[in-house]
Amino acid sequence: MSDMNNTSNQTWTHKVMASRYFCFEFIAGSLLTGTLVLVVLLSGVLFPDGGGKVNLVARLTEPFQSAEFFLGTDPLGRDILERIVHGGRVSLVVGLLSALGAVVLGTVIGLFAGYYRGFLDAFIMRFADIQLALPFILLAITVIAIVGPGIDRIIVLMIVSQWVQYARLVRGSVLSLREREFVQAARSYGLSDVKIIFRHILPNALGPLIILLTLNVANNILLESSLTFLGLGADPQTPTWGGMLSEGRSYIQTAWWVTVFPGIAIMLTVLGLNLLGDWLRDELDPLGKTRA
Amino acid sequence: MPILRFLIQRLLQAVLVTIAVTLFVAFAIRLTGDPAIMMTAQSSSVTEADLDRIREALGLNQSFIKQYFDFVRNILSGDLGESFFRGSVRDLIALALPSTLLLAVASMVVSIALSIPLGIYAAVHKGGAADQIIRVLSLVGLSFPNFWLGIMLVLMFSITFPILPASGFSSWQSILLPATTIGIILTATNVRLVRTQMLETLSSQYVMVARAKGLSEKTVIYKHALRNAAISIVTFLGLQFGNLIGGLVIIELVFNWPGMGTLSIEAIAQRDYPLLQATVSILAIMIVAVNLAVDLVYGLIDPRIRVA
Repeated sequence: MSDMNNTSNQTWTHKVMASRYFCFEFIAGSLLTGTLVLVVLLSGVLFPDGGGKVNLVARLTEPFQSAEFFLGTDPLGRDILERIVHGGRVSLVVGLLSALGAVVLGTVIGLFAGYYRGFLDAFIMRFADIQLALPFILLAITVIAIVGPGIDRIIVLMIVSQWVQYARLVRGSVLSLREREFVQAARSYGLSDVKIIFRHILPNALGPLIILLTLNVANNILLESSLTFLGLGADPQTPTWGGMLSEGRSYIQTAWWVTVFPGIAIMLTVLGLNLLGDWLRDELDPLGKTRA
Repeated sequence: MPILRFLIQRLLQAVLVTIAVTLFVAFAIRLTGDPAIMMTAQSSSVTEADLDRIREALGLNQSFIKQYFDFVRNILSGDLGESFFRGSVRDLIALALPSTLLLAVASMVVSIALSIPLGIYAAVHKGGAADQIIRVLSLVGLSFPNFWLGIMLVLMFSITFPILPASGFSSWQSILLPATTIGIILTATNVRLVRTQMLETLSSQYVMVARAKGLSEKTVIYKHALRNAAISIVTFLGLQFGNLIGGLVIIELVFNWPGMGTLSIEAIAQRDYPLLQATVSILAIMIVAVNLAVDLVYGLIDPRIRVA
């Protein structure tokens, strides 16, 4: 009896150990990302004030001294933990919306370009050349100088400049998939091109797309914080991680905590997503198509 | 002549990209509204005649196409026009460009010095503890904003232990912190690249032959594998130039480094459009030029590339 228990136990632990989910990247990545999402969803419950309450009496309180201001306060006496929690919203919204917009636009264009070749195909390749020559920060500097700073503009800019990486990836997959037997079979059945593209080709090109999407969300969270740091993103009233870093910078001599904690928040968030992306790459793309 | 065709094709492509980028920048900046009004926003007694005179002086009364061709002709002849507030754009850039290039080269050196040994070590000891640690560290390196790393280095080496200057460009020590910042950020990507390339060459047949000949492991790794991996590593480093420039823009601001990035950000803050157009265009042209050079050199060394 105990023997049987033992073996079933062993197979159970073996199963877990051998499972694709039992590895550092997946566990750490999903813990970090899950925590972020949870904290952002609960931000209104945890800190109903919204992170904007000025309290000049308590300005530049040191961290770890009181439960009220666990991570200290900024030069206006606002609670840093509270602002970090609320700042996560902007990061998450920008990261998700920009990457989703780019993936949808890029995938549709890439599918048709790869299937029909021709003009669209040439357009993608030329656009990619241009994108390579104009780093996002330079593009953002130029455009924001015109349209003025703002989160919405940054999201649109990210989509406009980043769709092409998805289009290239999808185009590559389509080029090889369209010659495969199952696609030819679908064609001989008399299916319309649109059905072939979306029902038969797209599902087979999804793996690399998901990897790129994860890494793209991570990267855009970083870009958003950089642009807000430069004063090109969210307005200073909204709590954002980049904005907190930019405000804290002038106090770095005396109040390190104002700058250190928001940076750690960015790092843990992006690290979580990068870990997940890495894990997905091992799982879905053993040949390394999405490697830079 | 396939080589000639390849050369012409790539050159043409680079010229097209340059035209597209400069056209975009020029067009985008024209959209911002009337620079004449921006310039005179502070003074109250401006008549329409004054505005017209300013527009004429800036060439704004001409068509966009004419303005663009003037801009291109001026760039080619080395005349970059006048900044709204700070005199000749050419003089400003002549001061800023060398500092930026110096910082770019120094960052590359830091990154190469870190990523090549680490990448080789990780590849040779694949799957071992060191490999895992390097992998996780490189992920961490990809996960924080470059400017935050800069601020943290300042906190450590200029404030807690005041041994290095925190900003400006006054002595050779000034370059250490900004170059280390960008160097570390670049290393996060490069170390993975070196590792992958080394793993690929180490599993190739000529490395097997070299081992079979009884050569020492050191000779195999450094003489046979590294030299062959070096071609693609150098190419990737070159193609990263765009990322490098993007990173420089912010890091220059953090360290108050008197380069092109600081100049562009100041140009935006003051709405100094001639200056902004010149800095962004020149940086983009530099990136195109470096990418072209890398492409050509690689194409000449490795004939397989020319097909693609």
